[in-house]
Amino acid sequence: MSSMQDSREAAMIGRRTDGTTVRRPLSPHLQVYDMLQMSSFSSILNRITGVVWSFGILLVVYWLLALALGPETYATARAAFAHPIGQLVLVGMTVAAWYHTLAGLRHINWDIGRGFSIPAMYRSGWAVFIGTAVLSIITWLPAIPGAVEFITAQINANL
Amino acid sequence: MAQQPTTTILRSPLGRVRGLGSARGGTHHWFMQRVTAMALLPLTIWFAISAVTVLAHASYEQAALWVGLPWNAVLLLALIFATFHHTAAGLQVVIEDYAKSETSKLVGILLVKAICWLVGLLATLCVLGLAID
Repeated sequence: MSSMQDSREAAMIGRRTDGTTVRRPLSPHLQVYDMLQMSSFSSILNRITGVVWSFGILLVVYWLLALALGPETYATARAAFAHPIGQLVLVGMTVAAWYHTLAGLRHINWDIGRGFSIPAMYRSGWAVFIGTAVLSIITWLPAIPGAVEFITAQINANL
Repeated sequence: MAQQPTTTILRSPLGRVRGLGSARGGTHHWFMQRVTAMALLPLTIWFAISAVTVLAHASYEQAALWVGLPWNAVLLLALIFATFHHTAAGLQVVIEDYAKSETSKLVGILLVKAICWLVGLLATLCVLGLAID
């Protein structure tokens, strides 16, 4: 047998009970799945938002570094974050952070052995999507001029 | 029909089973990813609330003072450590899943670990600098 070029080749060779080797059959690849179904979509989105936050944490470190270097660099960083593009990036990072956080909770629930049924998987998946939207809006509410004052006035008026 | 693969084995059955089995370290990476995730849950929520309520409209002096307060500095250091541990663990799994060759897998993982260590240490230095002076 020629030497293996790829370590994954090892997983392709199985043994029958009589000891003879057999090439394992390949399972269908991604094309057989509906990629917008809850199970695969919420899973890949968790990975994507995790990778996105690998860059998000660099923004947090940039902010810390600017603060540690002094008032001038801090002013530059604040201007960058206040720029419309900067704000858009921060909004995107907020959504990614909340999604990854809530999807992580969903995973921990699975890790302790709960919520594996298909209906439970759909319920938790929708809870993550809706929770992400709600928490992202709440996070950015103080940035909208007058939004917090409007809501507290509404609450006080209805009490 | 796919060609039937064959292997020629010159080793004894005892020689083949020795050294196989549990490496006794297989679950550590997976477990630490969950431990850091649970640590990051309160830490990230604390930082998000602080960012929105305090840091979003803090002047340079106020922000520097906030980071330097003992509790905030300690929580920030914990946040930095857990975040970079979790990031390195997560990116390692992504690389292991998609890297085509052993070389790119090894180089990718080492590069991710190196960057996480260096940027994490830089962030730690920033917090310590603001907390100590």
